[in-house]
Amino acid sequence: MGKLILLLLSLIAFCNIVAAVFEDQVGKFDWRQQYVGKVRFSHFDTHLQSSKKVLLATESNVFAALNTRTGDLFWRHVDKTGPEGNIDAVLHHGQDAVLVVGNGRVLRSWDISVGGLNWEIVLDSGSFQSACLVGQQGTVKHAAVLKKSVISLHYLSNGHQKWIENLPESETVNYQAVHSGGNGQVYALGVVPHSHIAIVAYSVEDGEIIKQISVDAPWLSNIPASCAVIGQGMLTCVDSTTMSLYTLDLYQQLQMTQIPLQALGLEVDPDFHPYLVSHQPNPARQPLSEFLLHLGPDHHLLLQLNNGQVVTLRDFKPALLVAFATTGEKTVAAVMSPKNKTACSINLFSAETGRRLLDTTLIYTVDPTGGKPERLHVQAFLKKDDSVGYRVMVQTEDHALTFIQQPGRVMWTREEALSHVMTMEMVDLPLTGTQAELEGEFGKKAAIQDGLTSMVLKRLSSQLIMLQAWVAHLWKLFYDARKPRSQVKNEVSIENLSRDEFNLQKMMVMVTASGKLFGIDSKTGSILWKHYLENIPDNAAFNLMVQRTTAHFPHPPQCTLLIKDKDSGLATLHVFNPIFGRKSQVAPPVLSQPILQSLLLPLMDQDYAKVLLLVDDQYKVSAFPSTKNVIQQLQETAASIFFYLVDSSQGRLSGYRLRTDLSTEQVWEVVIPTEVQKIVSVKGKRSNEHVHSQGRVMGDRSVLYKYLNPNLLAVVTESTDLHQERSFIGILLIDGVTGRIFHEAVQRKARGPVHVVHSENWVVYEYWSTKSRRNEFSVIELYEGMELYNSTVFSSLDRPHAPQVLQQSYIFPSSISTMEATLTEKGITSRHLLIGLPSGGIMSLPKMFLDPRRPEIVSEQSREENLIPYAPELIIRTEWFINYNQTVSRVRGIYTAPSGLESTCLVVAYGLDIYQTRVYPSKQFDVLKDDYDYMLISSVLFALFFATMISKRLAEVKLLNRAWR
Amino acid sequence: MARFLPFKVAVFFTVLFFMCTDFICCNNGRRVGESLETELSGFSVPLEHSFELDDTGKFQVRGSLQLKPGREPSVSLTQNQLSEEDRAKLKEVAAVDGLYRIRVPRVFLQADRQTEWQMEGHLTAFVRACAMVESHLSDVITLHTDVSGYLIGVSIVTIPGACRGTEVEDEVDLEVFNTTLSIMAPVNAPGPETALFLERMEQETEKKGKNPQEQKSFFAKYWYLILGGAIFLMISNSAQPPAGGGREQS
Repeated sequence: MGKLILLLLSLIAFCNIVAAVFEDQVGKFDWRQQYVGKVRFSHFDTHLQSSKKVLLATESNVFAALNTRTGDLFWRHVDKTGPEGNIDAVLHHGQDAVLVVGNGRVLRSWDISVGGLNWEIVLDSGSFQSACLVGQQGTVKHAAVLKKSVISLHYLSNGHQKWIENLPESETVNYQAVHSGGNGQVYALGVVPHSHIAIVAYSVEDGEIIKQISVDAPWLSNIPASCAVIGQGMLTCVDSTTMSLYTLDLYQQLQMTQIPLQALGLEVDPDFHPYLVSHQPNPARQPLSEFLLHLGPDHHLLLQLNNGQVVTLRDFKPALLVAFATTGEKTVAAVMSPKNKTACSINLFSAETGRRLLDTTLIYTVDPTGGKPERLHVQAFLKKDDSVGYRVMVQTEDHALTFIQQPGRVMWTREEALSHVMTMEMVDLPLTGTQAELEGEFGKKAAIQDGLTSMVLKRLSSQLIMLQAWVAHLWKLFYDARKPRSQVKNEVSIENLSRDEFNLQKMMVMVTASGKLFGIDSKTGSILWKHYLENIPDNAAFNLMVQRTTAHFPHPPQCTLLIKDKDSGLATLHVFNPIFGRKSQVAPPVLSQPILQSLLLPLMDQDYAKVLLLVDDQYKVSAFPSTKNVIQQLQETAASIFFYLVDSSQGRLSGYRLRTDLSTEQVWEVVIPTEVQKIVSVKGKRSNEHVHSQGRVMGDRSVLYKYLNPNLLAVVTESTDLHQERSFIGILLIDGVTGRIFHEAVQRKARGPVHVVHSENWVVYEYWSTKSRRNEFSVIELYEGMELYNSTVFSSLDRPHAPQVLQQSYIFPSSISTMEATLTEKGITSRHLLIGLPSGGIMSLPKMFLDPRRPEIVSEQSREENLIPYAPELIIRTEWFINYNQTVSRVRGIYTAPSGLESTCLVVAYGLDIYQTRVYPSKQFDVLKDDYDYMLISSVLFALFFATMISKRLAEVKLLNRAWR
Repeated sequence: MARFLPFKVAVFFTVLFFMCTDFICCNNGRRVGESLETELSGFSVPLEHSFELDDTGKFQVRGSLQLKPGREPSVSLTQNQLSEEDRAKLKEVAAVDGLYRIRVPRVFLQADRQTEWQMEGHLTAFVRACAMVESHLSDVITLHTDVSGYLIGVSIVTIPGACRGTEVEDEVDLEVFNTTLSIMAPVNAPGPETALFLERMEQETEKKGKNPQEQKSFFAKYWYLILGGAIFLMISNSAQPPAGGGREQS
């Protein structure tokens, strides 16, 4: 093995491709943004008065600490995805935060000041129900974890288990909550739905059962949803059917006392499930006797339980959100109530009395492009004069966090929706005003309308405007040059957006799972616009299409987002301007039928918008835009519009042709029996891909022509039999127009997940080999042969000869998360594969290493062709990582876009983080280096110029002298 | 034992088939040249085609495919001639750039019994009717099976494939199909070739081993450098003491 690696190293040393960045280039072309996901639990660090930390545990299984002054991350821990890393509960005490992870699988304690792990223990199996901190005589030393059938107590200092006890009658009783009031007892609260409550009291010291009783409660089915422990161990519940509050003293267990809500003069909103919120500032003491009752979407009450009597302290209506916060000995309730359409006001109320505190109003401006506020996280602190001050973190429906300080200053905003990007596109920025002016001048419409004189005038005026812009530019340069470099800031805003010289700066349009769309400047990563789409189903599939680019001034660019509910298949369209994010004036068609397929045709309407075809489940086709012009064009070209549909549940691939009446007819069908294998992915080529060279020059100077079929599909199947000896992966290369199968191969003893890249004349796929227990890459290349069948035009209908297929496989030392190929303007630059690794690295692997023509035995000809001799292992070289130390967590997708420079490809990797950079697969052959010596070159030029002048003069003099002689 | 039983069943059925086909053979007028084996264990499915002016699928029998199941399935085709009427229609369809479509039923080639091979549905493919006409009905039909012997697709191309608009004068050219038929099973994709690579490595090391130049020890190879270094050190050492002495004096 060592020899193998040695030889590989020596081989690689030959071909010198270096894709690394220099130290001074770090952060120059690239940026990274780190996210945490939708917040589930949040705790402000109240350990120190001056602390500026907020702890967040999120639905993306991330535990992080943010700086409350700036919103930046202090530290972040990313756990496994899926239910295994799910954070069930967070218990925060002093310097420690105890997390229950993975449905009660693991208990972890973190030191919140530095984010280090204090300890971790694995718990016994059993589904997690609840957890709480247990205090005794004013100090908190333990944490109790309640599972389906056991309760255990752990030391906070080292996680060791103090005791574990089986819960009595756990087969019939659902234990759902655990409570401790700091009196040396732990209460496990269980319910037999619609029958009774079971209460078991354990001694903190040895886990002995002190008491065990059951109380009738035929109306109760779920304790956490309707009950809370309030004051001196009073279990209080609210029930909507009997419209009553019920109280039960946990210490005396007499009986449930019913307090009808009507007796308090209260009423529950119809169709609303009321609930209670209690507050326990210190786990070593009893909860407060004040609590919140939530009666309707905007109706909250602050109540007090006093000797079994419920007293209304304050009625908040309308109040969107209410939250308790404690500082020192004071507890306050922060209430958010709507002020007008665009703003909400937040006020503080004393929890004890319900009185409003003076000078505590805070105005929260509702972002019109965001969602409604969903949760309120309050950080309260004592001011110097002992009054309570506060800041709030508002969490909205679109997963954004906004941190606000009095009287309404937004300190920072985090767009956590960006932690789950579904799809994205990069759109060219528009031209500047002056450029647009010129465009307008030479536009064909203008030329027809105007005469000669007005054209001349126009020309002069635009020339004048350009001069003006140039002078302004020079002035700015001069002005900036006098300022120190650190102060010069190029603020990017939506107004001064314009395309740069090489089109390196673009607009990234990102679609997130929450339904929020973002427009991000690719150069700096700043969010330029955002738009929240409401009522997006949870399992929606998104398809983002650029219908009109910025190239068609004065028509604005146009993007269309197809949002499809995966269950029902029903879809909606959102049409918007990708530069400004505004919804377009164009009304999208209402789609009443489930949509099977959408295709963007190269046809354009009179306003230069590409035509989008939507195929519904009746195989009827509708076009968007559907003007007369478009319909006419469609009818003319109908015979050459083919499309395919994939039904993976039935293993059916079928091809259709458009008829002139916009109905469709099936023209081919391929059925892969689902008993044996299932279709996992179908990959076509990208429509904006260019291939510069038609063939490859061989060692003997002949040309091997590439098979460049734009309609080719790579279909990947996985066997249904998962036994490691019999499982296989199938690769099918099929023409999307004729349904002709060109190549059918089976990779035996292999298993998914399969990652596929299909481009030019090659398909690269990665799979898991069950036989050798390793990841392998395989590459298929298609060649037409030594002669081209029809070199002028490619038609799937007229290519009778099947292509030659070459294939080779390699060992890859790591599993991969995602894969994409680089893309450049003209396709001259060599291609690289961008591979996202689970470790967070993005690797740029030259396609050269994945070439089925790599020879096993080196010959003169293969050397001539610059083919690398075959080696079965592809090794990961550290300088191939394009993101050096900027780890991209959980990378899910990589997007590549060409820039105006042929050598440069823009790359965006997204997952939990977003990382943007540029890659130069063939180095920067069309750019002068940064340290290019202009002075030297120009001085040499000038010197030579003067030297010629002088020598010319001297020669003339000499000639004259000779003539006189 | 488990392997034997199906084989016996197969033999039984082939015998049965033989008896049945023997009888039928007399009155369906097939060509005599066909080998007996295909008749023995194979079965036939219809190959249908359709070419209509309005592109609706009205499939008619074009011929029958004789499929012989097994580890390496084989296929042969007997097909009818195009009638006068069909020839005229095909030319008409070609004139309006219609499609010529074929279809075969989905079958399972590894089945032992007749009841098992037939499956629901058809597999279809098409070429442009004009290409069919201009190539004088010379087409290439390929049947594709998957790993376990299910027929998954059919493809048809004509040679030449282009439509140049050349008129086919002679009606006789459109009478008989000139079909090349083949059946394709998936190929095994290659895995990483470690064995060959290691063999080559070993050969190289052996070669190196044989080469006496490589076998020399470190000292044998670089003795002149070491000697040169040693001499240099000695010279510099001998030059040192006076300088050191000079320093001591000062």
